[in-house]
Amino acid sequence: MSEKKLTSVPDDVTWQETTIGGTISSAGNAELFKTGAWRSMKPIWLEDKCKQCLLCYPVCPDTAILIDENGKRTDFDYDHCKGCGVCVKVCPFNAIDFVPEG
Amino acid sequence: MSIRERMSGNEAMAYAMKQINPDVVAAFPITPSTEVPQYFSNYVSDGEVETEFVAVESEHSAMSACIGAQAAGGRAMTATSANGLALMWECLYIAAASRLPIVLALVNRTLSGPLNIHCDHSDSMGARDSGWIQLYSENNQEAYDNMLMAHRIGEHVDVQLPVMVCQDGFITSHAVENIELEETEKVRAFVGEYNPELYLLNQENPIAVGPLDHFTHSFEHKRQQAQGMMNAKKVVLEVSEEFYKLTGRKYGLFEEYMTEDADVVMVVLNSSAGTAKYVVDDLRKQGKKVGVIKPRLFRPFPVGEIAEALSKFKAIAVMDRADGFNAAGGPLFTEVTSSLLVKGITGPKVVNYIFGIGGRDVKTTDLELVFNNLLQIAETGNVESVYNYLGVRE
Repeated sequence: MSEKKLTSVPDDVTWQETTIGGTISSAGNAELFKTGAWRSMKPIWLEDKCKQCLLCYPVCPDTAILIDENGKRTDFDYDHCKGCGVCVKVCPFNAIDFVPEG
Repeated sequence: MSIRERMSGNEAMAYAMKQINPDVVAAFPITPSTEVPQYFSNYVSDGEVETEFVAVESEHSAMSACIGAQAAGGRAMTATSANGLALMWECLYIAAASRLPIVLALVNRTLSGPLNIHCDHSDSMGARDSGWIQLYSENNQEAYDNMLMAHRIGEHVDVQLPVMVCQDGFITSHAVENIELEETEKVRAFVGEYNPELYLLNQENPIAVGPLDHFTHSFEHKRQQAQGMMNAKKVVLEVSEEFYKLTGRKYGLFEEYMTEDADVVMVVLNSSAGTAKYVVDDLRKQGKKVGVIKPRLFRPFPVGEIAEALSKFKAIAVMDRADGFNAAGGPLFTEVTSSLLVKGITGPKVVNYIFGIGGRDVKTTDLELVFNNLLQIAETGNVESVYNYLGVRE
């Protein structure tokens, strides 16, 4: 991971201040864009059932499954999880519940 | 010291590209511009340039490859004509909107249909709103010189827009004429290196180009793009001044020929301006006060300068080698008349002639007819017809 501080282009930026031609000059700044509100279904990580097989991690289309410094998955990043449910399907241990949002 | 040579307009453009030594040339052959990539691929094969030549399968791919190469941080060039330019269409807009100063050698040819390989300006005029800077060239010398200046203009930090250098298909692209070339070292020192602030291959600062923009930001980016175009005029003049000091060849936004005491003028682009000057010389011998204005920069259009230059004449004929099919006048005509209007100039009578379509020969007698009509308008104040077809059989 880059050590560089991420910067986003604010919604009220003027034409004089915005990046040229729409270029995103701070790579990875999608992290600053919260997309969790798009979710209608929510995955719930059941830690006691989880075997840490990590099959869920590579299938997440976003980066909403976080891995800690020991290489173990932790809870979902609900700021970015859009509730697609792919991780729920792929889990061999039913360690991810899938419930309606709200 | 300039080098005396003789070469066609196509070879002149290719020769300029060789001297510039761009990082990437991606091109697909199409008449009458085929010779440009043909000559250039010889230079590549002979090791005279370090350029990566991409022999693509279409013009859409040619422009796409140029966009990728330029966004990566390289200098990309291509050449095309007519339907080749049309096939680049969506990519032309993307290149301009992504602010990638690609340089394109455009050898003007009529757009099909009916199928026709000869010269008119329907290709470049169709692309006039794509956000590209457009420079027009009367002959091989101007095509060469405009190519040498194109990168300096497009890459300028206040501009950052792609540049199209236009010359007339076959008429100048295939005619071998005398030319003055500059030494390659001098050219390279003049053109310099391309050092964009942001580019894809910079691993220290990775970026994304051409992302989804939508209504939150797209409008601001278009406004920014418009500013680049507004800034281009000043940069064209600065670069042309520097070029003049280097070569002794002087260029502005447009050329005025025998206009100082003229009563009437013809506004005409590219090679026909040469014919018009010849006719002016003839008519001057008969005591007729006629002149020519030849726009060099069409995008951005030098509204204020053109309007001021035209304000003193009694009658003006704007010559369009393409019809805009608005049923009222061609694209150059609408630019010129709107320039006059917004600057409050209502004195001169302005008429339009659609001419030379599909490569129809533009004879001195045709242009004489136009000048004589103008002189009559100047004398009587009566305009019989504003929107005219010149040299069509009827």
